[in-house]
Amino acid sequence: MKGYNFAYLDEQTKRMIRRALLKAVAIPGHQVPFGSREMPLPYGWGTGGIQVTASVLGAEDVLKVIDQGADDTTNAVSIRRFFARTAGVRTTTHTADATVIQTRHRIPEQTLRDDQIIVYQVPQPEPLFRLEPSRIETRRMHALADYGLMHVKLYEDIARFGQISISYDYPVMVNHRHLMSPSPIPAFDNPKLHRMPALQLFGAGREKRIYAIPPWTEVRSLDFDDHPFRPIRAPHPCGLCGATDSYLDEVVIDDRGGRLFVCSDTDHCAERRAAGHVGSEGLKEAAE
Amino acid sequence: MAYVAVKGGEQAIDNAHAWLAEERRGDRTVPELSLAQIEQQLGRSVDRAMGEGSLYDRELAALAVKQAQGDLIEAAFLLRAYRTTLPRFAHSLPIETSEMRIKRRISAVFKDLPGGQILGPTYDYTHRLLDFDMPQHEALTSDETLTAMPRVPDILGHEGLIEPDGDGASEPGDLTRQPLSFPASRDMRLQALARGDEGFLLALGYSTQRGYGGTHPFAGEIRMGEVSVEVEPPELGFAIDIGDIVVTECQMVNQFKGSKTTPPQFTRGYGLVFGFSERKAMAMALVDRALRAEELGEEVTAPAQNVEFVLYHSDNIEATGFVEHLKLPHYVDFQSELQNVRRLQREVVRTAEPAEAAE
Repeated sequence: MKGYNFAYLDEQTKRMIRRALLKAVAIPGHQVPFGSREMPLPYGWGTGGIQVTASVLGAEDVLKVIDQGADDTTNAVSIRRFFARTAGVRTTTHTADATVIQTRHRIPEQTLRDDQIIVYQVPQPEPLFRLEPSRIETRRMHALADYGLMHVKLYEDIARFGQISISYDYPVMVNHRHLMSPSPIPAFDNPKLHRMPALQLFGAGREKRIYAIPPWTEVRSLDFDDHPFRPIRAPHPCGLCGATDSYLDEVVIDDRGGRLFVCSDTDHCAERRAAGHVGSEGLKEAAE
Repeated sequence: MAYVAVKGGEQAIDNAHAWLAEERRGDRTVPELSLAQIEQQLGRSVDRAMGEGSLYDRELAALAVKQAQGDLIEAAFLLRAYRTTLPRFAHSLPIETSEMRIKRRISAVFKDLPGGQILGPTYDYTHRLLDFDMPQHEALTSDETLTAMPRVPDILGHEGLIEPDGDGASEPGDLTRQPLSFPASRDMRLQALARGDEGFLLALGYSTQRGYGGTHPFAGEIRMGEVSVEVEPPELGFAIDIGDIVVTECQMVNQFKGSKTTPPQFTRGYGLVFGFSERKAMAMALVDRALRAEELGEEVTAPAQNVEFVLYHSDNIEATGFVEHLKLPHYVDFQSELQNVRRLQREVVRTAEPAEAAE
């Protein structure tokens, strides 16, 4: 784009971000402060992810951007357009074809490969912020691996509700050392973080933090021996492709309680349908 | 030369006002702004002045913005000072936002829902790149009419997943007629927030998101459009439509773990603002929910949960007045403080001396 560098950021800034990324990869799950820049999109809309993507993107890369698992959500469209415009890179909606995937709130259903990078947009990198708002305190807790506060919170949940009541942004322990926010992905996606072949990068623009999970790293969702971690999923098959193992969106179809459950990963759903899988909604259409 | 005390305040004020008028007009070779231009082309400024000025009148708000040189707190102040002089003929019936002629309607909790998602005239997905060609752009117009749409909390309400919203039967209070008193009921709090400073509410709402009184919010629905205002004069016995206003409504849906008396369910945070002021409606909804902490049995620890703190400091007309009053003469008070400090210093010196002598 005329007047702007490749992928918007100047090369000095990219270098600074890459240094932060290298440090983040060297210390899995540790939050590295970085000189986050003002971006032409608002804070909270993926400025951290965009800066990370801009710093790792090359001219040959193929970019996929998803929000809530879907390629067609407005913010995903906006960010994809941003890179198509400022970097001129090829974009795709197919998970398998992408070399870089920027995501908000989901991990694709399809297992990622070791030649792919997934970039998470992170609103709040500090996993302890609801328990201790001061970042001076939480930094000290991370340094000492003092995570008693979080264990007490989980224990209190069990004592009050009989189960852990966190359904998204479920805290994880990375490489047996750092407590980490996986960003607000549903707890359903947490097992995918564990020993993932792809490099996982996390960018928080407003909070000015970068962290990472290198390929094949151990990532454990916090739990107790007698209360093991249990991801939640709506107990329905996808209405369009019939999948029973994917994360589902709930679509309201009328104001009398009518609901339709469909895959949140739109690419996954489309590929299944292309392969001949049909859900209840598809069957209804066929019958009509 | 003999000393002459400073006098001539009257002349100074007149001169200041003349200078202000000249500054306001600016370079006379540049055409003057018309009220219609401000009302049409600086709509968000007009909306904010109306909201914080508590007076829905686009023309007057445009005048206030112009007269205040675009200082929106000053403009809201001008509107408030005018509205307070107006006679009150009647109360309107509650506006019915479910009947809104929608221009924008989005939900962050459902991908699709009856009536669909309408982006409307939003900056949300613009890339913030200065548009150097803008002065030449032609205006686009759209006359799409849309049907009424159910509100998202009502959809959740069918399943009993969200708390009920009260029956709205009791007469709401009015802060502009009765002074604030505590405990402040929710209607009074909402009125104070609706009139409150956008920046203050924004910062408070933001603080709840960063851990200072978190409310686990989801933007259940934001809608903006025209609603009818109706009054029901007692002598008529039926409602008559007195005009349309544009409002922005935000209904936050907040996680709630339940308490001894209430089962786990979603709770509400509500924001309603004149005109298209989405930022403020959203911040208001966050703060409204945070202020309900005590009522819902949550621990009150953060500024945004402290009713007294929020309500006493949200009004920017009050705040700007008192902060800026520090410019006024305080000669007398300062003089007494000056004497006091001198006396205290002398005291310190006097009591220190004998101690030194003793050593």
